[in-house]
Amino acid sequence: MKKDVLDITDLDETRLVELDNYIDKITGDPEEELIHVLHFAQQQFGYLPHNLQRYVAKRLDLPSATVNGVVTFYSLFSEEPRGKYTISVCMGTACFVKGADKVLERILELTGSEKGKMSEDGLFTVEDVRCIGACGLAPVLTINEKVYGNVGVEDVDDIIRQYKRSGRRED
Amino acid sequence: MKLIDKMITCSVNDIDVNVEKGSTILEAAQKAGVNIPTLCHLNLHELDAVNQSANCRVCVIEDEGSGRVLPACSQEVSEGMRIQTDSLKAVMARRTSLELLLSNHPRDCLTCVKNLDCELQNLSHEMNIKEIHYRGEKMNHPIDESSQAIIKDPNKCIMCRRCITMCNEVQTVGVLSPLERGFDVVAGTAFHLPLDQTSCTYCGQCVSVCPTAALAEIDATSAVWKALNDERKHTIVQVAPAVRVALGEEFGYDPGEISTGKVVSALKRLGFDTVFDTNFGADLTIVEEAKELSERIESGGTLPMLTSCCPAWVQFIEHQFPELLDVPSSCKSPQSMVGAMAKSYYAEQSGLSPADIEMVSIMPCVAKKSEAAREELSEEGYANVDQVLTTRELARMIKEAAIDFRSLPDKPFDRLLGESTGAAAIFGTTGGVIEATTRTAYEMLTGKEIGEVNFKDLRGIEGVREATIDLGERTLRVGIAHELGNARRLLEDIRDGKSDFDAIEIMACPGGCIGGGGQPYHHGDVSTLRRRAEALYRIDKDMPIRKSHENPLVKEAYEAYLGKPGSERAHRLLHTSYSAKERI
Repeated sequence: MKKDVLDITDLDETRLVELDNYIDKITGDPEEELIHVLHFAQQQFGYLPHNLQRYVAKRLDLPSATVNGVVTFYSLFSEEPRGKYTISVCMGTACFVKGADKVLERILELTGSEKGKMSEDGLFTVEDVRCIGACGLAPVLTINEKVYGNVGVEDVDDIIRQYKRSGRRED
Repeated sequence: MKLIDKMITCSVNDIDVNVEKGSTILEAAQKAGVNIPTLCHLNLHELDAVNQSANCRVCVIEDEGSGRVLPACSQEVSEGMRIQTDSLKAVMARRTSLELLLSNHPRDCLTCVKNLDCELQNLSHEMNIKEIHYRGEKMNHPIDESSQAIIKDPNKCIMCRRCITMCNEVQTVGVLSPLERGFDVVAGTAFHLPLDQTSCTYCGQCVSVCPTAALAEIDATSAVWKALNDERKHTIVQVAPAVRVALGEEFGYDPGEISTGKVVSALKRLGFDTVFDTNFGADLTIVEEAKELSERIESGGTLPMLTSCCPAWVQFIEHQFPELLDVPSSCKSPQSMVGAMAKSYYAEQSGLSPADIEMVSIMPCVAKKSEAAREELSEEGYANVDQVLTTRELARMIKEAAIDFRSLPDKPFDRLLGESTGAAAIFGTTGGVIEATTRTAYEMLTGKEIGEVNFKDLRGIEGVREATIDLGERTLRVGIAHELGNARRLLEDIRDGKSDFDAIEIMACPGGCIGGGGQPYHHGDVSTLRRRAEALYRIDKDMPIRKSHENPLVKEAYEAYLGKPGSERAHRLLHTSYSAKERI
């Protein structure tokens, strides 16, 4: 386990150089800059694996535990690889009473993934979120930036099929 | 500004009180003589360790004006504030906070290591909790027993964050941090790594402030009982200087009661064959260390030389300043020296094989457990020290054996490694090692007898201290730091070439070993540490011999076995090496 944390050979070198350049430009207190650095690192790598967090800690001269504490506190940071499409199903009260749980269940089934974990084909990460403030459209879900309203279980098949198709085409 | 503008008048339980602006409700209550129960709050002000996380909400009171319930530990008082600590509202709010904490706490008090020494249990008793009305999910974290020193059971954690304050702000080790969020939040290591895969120094200061048993020492009492019951084993035990001025607290004595003779008696009653004194090892350490310092000074070697008795400090420099591993003295600690000498010199004299010897130490320290497990500290496959018990663990064994500690007669240590000087006694307190080294180094370097053995400039409780000692032709510049955060400052100076000290003593724990992670719990009372330190200086003062190199048994050991200080055999048995480690 320790080896994984210290070993950064699996991290893309060009992206590491980008991250280094970003960190080199920091002038302020490293602890205050930490969130910005983590944002940048997540943009570069898609997620924040443990060895990358440890790398950031070392570069900023901060304890790894401090970095890991910040990463695990904010839900925007992910320690798991993310699929090409992040599907967020709203579990707010309005959506829930209109059957969002069934919608979520069907999506997990069709994408063949576990909640919060990337699907095997690398296309999807499915998660449930708190009220996103679009109760009039309940049940509502977002796929990356796009919002889908009034989604019934019967609509899910079409939506997922469409993303699977375009996901594959782009590859 | 006039003084009057800085003062605030408020009342606590209808008692008027004047406090400085910026004071907390808790401070105002203390001034009014009103007790407010606290749990997460910890104020070791003299040691710059204040935990004011306001997390547990056990200290809540009622503000009569607004009718609001406020946390006394962190809320500042305002002019005219009327505080009620015993109104029904305050009492019920306090109970609710505590019941919520208890609802997610294991109920294995009967077999818990902190039974009758637990702040949560105590509060539950004091607040007359007879039933916990809340039921819900319970934490289910794995227990970390990976290290030889500290056991971490996050299920008993109440997130008071005292350990995090000690680890980050006082020690600047940074191994513990709040992780995750909401119900899953836990005081943990980076990536939930087992402790032995982190840069933990095992100083145990997290253990000494933990209100519950979320952090405790790894138990060695079972292994020691087993060795004591093994007829083939010759069991030897050694006792560190700081133990004899603290163990008594576990048996109702005041802090600072000197119970050396009773400790020896108790160990004999427990069945140890031979009882040695770590203080003998301290004298031996001083002779070797003073020799090394003199050599470094005379031959232009690396200066400053740093003391190396404290295992948490050694771990700290290995992980945090791997580029500075040539500054610590190569001397083993007194514990390891006694172990090495017991399994060679004493074994030879008594016709024993090291294989037959079980070497146990009684230490005020948690890190000594991990020191004993270091591969460098063994000789021909035999560890210098086999088992380490903390002061608290020894107390548990004495109680388990139903020995009436208070009525034990005084007994002396056993010969060969059992005599010591005043210089060795003060090893247990901050400044003591360097004062002892100075007494011997002075005579080695000047060839003259030292007039005054008391170096009062080296004593005290300030985090960093320095002094200059006149050696005639030259001076010796000496620095002292206790707590690893203070040590870090001195090390950064050395790294940046800004340090002009010749010798520096570092101890990881507040006050030195007397405040070690294995000592009876001080429960936030710093005066306990001061009284233990004073007792060590009393032992020193009352000793007929106060310079390590004049210890007759140390002299005998050199004549009969080791040769001269710094000899080849002394190097093989009494010196060690360090290696760079990762910082995680």
